Amino acid sequence: MADLKTRIAKRCAKEFQDGDFVNLGIGLPTQVADYIPDDIMVTFHSENGFAGIDAVATENPDVDIINSGGTYVTTVPRVKYFDTAESFGLVRGGHVKATVLGAMEVAENGDLANWIIPGKKVAGMGGAMDLCAGCPEVIIVMLHTQKGTPKIKKRCSLPLTAEKCVSKIITEMGVMEVREDGIWVTELHPDYTKEDIQAATECELHFDPNMKAMEEE
Amino acid sequence: MINKIMTADEAVAGVKDGMTIMVGGFLATGSPEVLMDALVRKGVKHLTVIANDGGLDVGQPAGEFAGKTSRGVGKLLDNHMVDHLIASHIGVNPKINEQIAEGTLKYTLVPQGTLAEKIRAAAYGLGGVLTPTGVGTPMETELDELGRKKKVVEIEGKKYLFELPLFADYSFIRPSLADKFGNFMCAKATKNFNYVMAGASKHTIIAPEKIVEVGEVDPDIFQVAGVLVDCIVEGEKRWQI
Repeated sequence: MADLKTRIAKRCAKEFQDGDFVNLGIGLPTQVADYIPDDIMVTFHSENGFAGIDAVATENPDVDIINSGGTYVTTVPRVKYFDTAESFGLVRGGHVKATVLGAMEVAENGDLANWIIPGKKVAGMGGAMDLCAGCPEVIIVMLHTQKGTPKIKKRCSLPLTAEKCVSKIITEMGVMEVREDGIWVTELHPDYTKEDIQAATECELHFDPNMKAMEEE
Repeated sequence: MINKIMTADEAVAGVKDGMTIMVGGFLATGSPEVLMDALVRKGVKHLTVIANDGGLDVGQPAGEFAGKTSRGVGKLLDNHMVDHLIASHIGVNPKINEQIAEGTLKYTLVPQGTLAEKIRAAAYGLGGVLTPTGVGTPMETELDELGRKKKVVEIEGKKYLFELPLFADYSFIRPSLADKFGNFMCAKATKNFNYVMAGASKHTIIAPEKIVEVGEVDPDIFQVAGVLVDCIVEGEKRWQI
């Protein structure tokens, strides 16, 4: 069985088109960059200050270039550097087409919670609230449940990152779109049935009449 | 003729206990280390610090490029000089959560883009900014850094939070290059908050990695006006891995 997170990252990479400008969160979202086809040019936004992340710097890094996680990285030749005000101007202005993030909870109306668990150590939202409020597409990549507990819910119980912002959810079980009337499964992985994915989800799922199989590479 | 060049100790001489300061940098990349060192030598206490984050602790970031000292705002935290941190992210430097748990550090979280705009509003004379960021989240209901309730403004059916300007007594900034009048630029990803913080405080102090004579380089390279800068401090080094 292919690694589940790799499956999710590979499927998410298919969301992008030539010329897109996209922000990837830290962790699983970062892996999406590894699967963008070579014949497509996608520019990756690093919200701390540039458009055009290439890869993690492995030796002799330029100490003036970190990503938003504080890791030294390299940049592509078309890179543009900017300050925080311009960086988030691009975000709120809707010029960063999509942000790819993990989630603790997603609600059926698209509400997202992924920044704080009350009572636990506080990290802060960083740029996540701006990204979720500003990007036209918010794509959630995550394992479908937290050790069996559904993460896709009727309502979020945790404090929100942004309301009604999620457009798509990609998990190991399938691909789901958040529409006006709820969450629609557009692709189902062949390892699972409709009953399986519904059982792992708190809110009622709708199955698109044109639902396809979620393909493995 | 005005001479803005002074030592780091002279530049921070006016910083008093209980003042509010802004520090440029993102996880210490673009933070003025010589100015943080001077504040530590001065031993000023009970500061309110406005910065993206709490800098780095010794041994961060994890891995082969880890620092042998703490960096940026991390130096102020090491010496328990901060009472209130206004930042977008406080999860990296473990000293922050330690001091919150001890009850010696208060924090206010502000979304990163909103933080930049609140500072920019202070520098450039705006009464505040309207942002969609944080609507429907705790940012809408929690009080701001000065304990004020936030207003929600609806414009053509869309909700915005009305965020007020964020001023300070001192801004500490790290340019890559400046001339002796204070015109400056920051290379690559060191820009972060360094541009908006210039002029948002009563006093703006810069510690450039390189200082040139006025007219020595094409002035078009500079991104921030020297008229905003009060003091220029020599001795800032490139970070050594």
